[in-house]
Amino acid sequence: MSRILPEREVVIVGFGWTGAIMAEQLTEAGMDVLALERGVWRDTSTDYAVNNAQDEVRYRYRDELFEDLSRETLTFRNTSDQQALPMRMLGSFLPGTNVGGSGVHWNGQTWRFLPSDFQARSHNVERYGEDAIQDDMTIQDWGVTYDELEPHYDYFEKICGISGKAGNLNGEIQDGGNPFEGWRSSEYPNPPMEMVAAPLKFRDAARELGYNPFPGPSANMSQGYTNPLGVQLAPCTYCGFCEKYACGNYSKATATTTILPALMRRENFTLRTGAMVLRVEKDSSNSRATGVTYLNTEGEEFFQPAQMVILAGYITHNVNLLMQSGIGEIYNPETGEGQVGRNYAYQIMSGASVFYDDDFAVNPFVGAGALGQVIDEFNGDNFDHTGLGFIGGGYIAQWQTNGRPIESHPVPEGTPKFGAGWKKAVRESYNHTVGVGAHGAVMSFRGNYLDLDPTYTDAYGRPLMRLTFDFKQNDIRMSNYLTGKVAEIANAMGGREVSVSPVKTPYDIAPYQTTHNTGGHIMGDNPGNSVTNKYNQSWDLPNLFLTGAGNFPQNPGYNPTGTVAALAYHSAKAIREQYLRNPGPLVQA
Amino acid sequence: MPWQPGEAVPPTAFDPDVTFFTEEERAFVTAAVDRLIPADDYPSASELGVVDFIDHQLAGAYGRGDIYYMKGPFRDGLPTQGYQAQAPALLYRQAIADIRAGLARNDLADFTELEPEEQDRLLMGLSEGEDELEHTDAKTFFDTLWQNTLEGYFGDPVHGGNRDMEAWKMIGFPGARYDYRPWINHGGNPVKLEPVSVGGRMVP
Repeated sequence: MSRILPEREVVIVGFGWTGAIMAEQLTEAGMDVLALERGVWRDTSTDYAVNNAQDEVRYRYRDELFEDLSRETLTFRNTSDQQALPMRMLGSFLPGTNVGGSGVHWNGQTWRFLPSDFQARSHNVERYGEDAIQDDMTIQDWGVTYDELEPHYDYFEKICGISGKAGNLNGEIQDGGNPFEGWRSSEYPNPPMEMVAAPLKFRDAARELGYNPFPGPSANMSQGYTNPLGVQLAPCTYCGFCEKYACGNYSKATATTTILPALMRRENFTLRTGAMVLRVEKDSSNSRATGVTYLNTEGEEFFQPAQMVILAGYITHNVNLLMQSGIGEIYNPETGEGQVGRNYAYQIMSGASVFYDDDFAVNPFVGAGALGQVIDEFNGDNFDHTGLGFIGGGYIAQWQTNGRPIESHPVPEGTPKFGAGWKKAVRESYNHTVGVGAHGAVMSFRGNYLDLDPTYTDAYGRPLMRLTFDFKQNDIRMSNYLTGKVAEIANAMGGREVSVSPVKTPYDIAPYQTTHNTGGHIMGDNPGNSVTNKYNQSWDLPNLFLTGAGNFPQNPGYNPTGTVAALAYHSAKAIREQYLRNPGPLVQA
Repeated sequence: MPWQPGEAVPPTAFDPDVTFFTEEERAFVTAAVDRLIPADDYPSASELGVVDFIDHQLAGAYGRGDIYYMKGPFRDGLPTQGYQAQAPALLYRQAIADIRAGLARNDLADFTELEPEEQDRLLMGLSEGEDELEHTDAKTFFDTLWQNTLEGYFGDPVHGGNRDMEAWKMIGFPGARYDYRPWINHGGNPVKLEPVSVGGRMVP
C-alpha cells in the first residue's frame, strides 16, 4: 500500500533543464510546486570542483553523471522483424540523472530552429510538392510557430548568457552572424567566444568557398555575466571538459548554474530527491491526473496527489511513464493508430579530419563545448532541394571541444588498428588534427518508434520500453550530401591529408553519436496526430503537461536544447495566463 | 538541500591490493596489452600500469557491471545491438579461459609464449570477430580489452594507469588543467605545459 502524502498544487517529475524552468516560472506566479528527482542533489562547488572535474575515466567512461541502466534501460532493434535486445551499457546517447539532468553534461551549443522547421510538412509540400514527402515519412507541422516561440528563445538565451553574434535582428541581416536564422528581437547577451586557431582555419576556408561562417552560439561564457534572475556566471577558461562533464567554473549555463540558486530560496518550492516515479495516477473517469506514485531510496511507495502533473524527464522516461500509466494509446506501426511512442527521431552525424604537419599545432585541449565556427547554408530549407531526393539538412561546423586523449586520438586512414604503427600515428596526429562535422536532421518515419518490450523488465518489474530505429533513405542521402560539402571545406583547410567519415549504416547503438533523441509524445494540432497540443498539454488529461524533446514531431538539424527550453517557457506562459483562470483544455479538440 | 559541509566527492583512489585476476589471467592480459600498445621510445601499456588499472577496475563496480543492465535472457545480438555479454569481469574470465583452452587443444603454446606476430594475429582475429569463443563473444572481448587499455594508458594516474603521466607527456596533453586562457591566441604554435593529475603533480 502506498502512503498518501498531502496534496500539492503542481508536481514535476524530473529535475533537469525543463523541470527547473517550469518550477521557476510557476513558483514566480505564486504556485506551490514540488519537484521529484530520482537522482541525488548535485551542486557545482561540492560535486564538480575544478580539481576533480577533469577525469575522463570517472565521468566519461564510468558514467558518473549518466543514468544507471541497472534500474531501467530500453531494448533496441533496427527494424520490427528483429528481436530487440537490451541496451546493457550506454553508448549512442547519454541521458543524465541527478539534479540538473542531462543539461549538466552538455556542450552548450544553443540554437534556435528555423521558422520553416516548425512547418516541416506544409512548407516542403508547398515548395517541392507532395512527392517530397516519401512514402513512410510521417513528418508534420508542430502546431506552434517560430514567431510564437521567439520571445521564449530570447529569454532563455538571456537566462543562459549565450555568447554569439546575431545574424538577423528584427529582419535586418547582420554582418558576422548567421544570415539564415529566424529573426531575433535582440542581440545575444554576450559577445562570441574568442576563437582558437582551428576554427579560424575553418572560417577562412569556408569564406574562400563563398559561404558565410559565423561563431557558434555558446552557453560557455565569453565574459562574466549576471542573468535576469540575478545569478552570476564566470568567464569560460577553455579547459575542454564540457560535454560528458560538469563545469566546475560556473562557466557553462545549466539549470544548476542559472536557475537553481534563485529557485531553491523560494518558499513555495520543494525539491525531493531519491524519488523514483513509477506512474501517473488517473481518476476513475480517465479525465484527470490525480498525482504520481513513487518509490523513495528505501523502496517505500508513496502516492503524491497533485492538481497538476508535469512530466519533465528525458524523452525516453516521459514516453515510458505514459506507457506504464496507460495514458493514451501506444503506437502501432502496422495500423498507424495510437500516438504514444510515434515519430521517434534522432540526428545523423558525419565528418572529416584534417591532418596537418608539425608546422601547425592545434592544441586541442584549449577548447570549449561550443567554441567553433559554423556554416548554415545546408540546413533545413536554406538551399534548393529540387532534384536532390531528400528534404532537410544540417549545419557544418568546426567545434574545438576537447583534447581528452582516451576519447580523442585521431589517426589517418590506413593506420593499423593497434600496435606500434597505431601508437606512432597517435603521437604524430594528436596535436595536429582538426575535425569538421555535419550535424544533420532526422525525419520521422512509420518504422521508427517506441513501444513496450515483451521480454525484458526493469528493476521495478515493469516492461522495458523498446526502441525500433534505423536511418532511412531520405536522411542517408541528406547526410551524404552534407558530407560532400564537409569534404570540400576540409580539403580547403590547408592540411596534409583529409580522412572523410560518412554516416555508418545501419544505425548502431554502441558508438557515441549524440544525446539528441526526440519524439514519442509529439505535439500537433489535433488528438489524431499528437499526444500534446501546442502548449504541450496532454490531449487526454488536461492537467498533465509534458516538456522536452519528446514533443518534437521530427528532429531538425540543430542541437535541441534552445527549442526544448523555449517550448517549456511557452507552456509555462500558457499555464500562468490561461490555464490558471480556466483549468481545462487550452485547445479544444 | 543546497550546500552541506563535507559533501564533495573525490575520485575513488586506486588500491593495488584490490584485484581480480589470477596469476595466469594477469600474464595473459600483460602480454596482450603490450601488443596493443608496445614499447618504443615511450613505455608500453603494462609499463604504465595498464594491467594494474584493469585488474583494479574488474575487482570493483565496473567489473561487476553494477551500473549496467545485467538481467537475462542473454542472447547473441546483431552487430548494431551493442554489448550483450555478461559483466566485464566475467567476460575477461570466460574469454581468457576459452582462448587458452583453444590454444592448448591445438597443441599450440600458451598465449604468453607465442611469437609477437602470432599474438598479433590472434588479437586481430578476435577484433574482426573471426574467431569464435565457446562461452562468450570474441569481438566483445577484444573491444572491451582495447577500450580498457586506452583508459588505463591515457586516463588520469589517480586510477592506477598512465604512470607518471608518461602517456600525456608522449602526446603533449597537459592533463587536468582548468584554465588555458593565456593560450587562446596560440596561433598554431605548440602549447607546452607539464601535465597535472586530479591527484596533484606527485602521483604514487
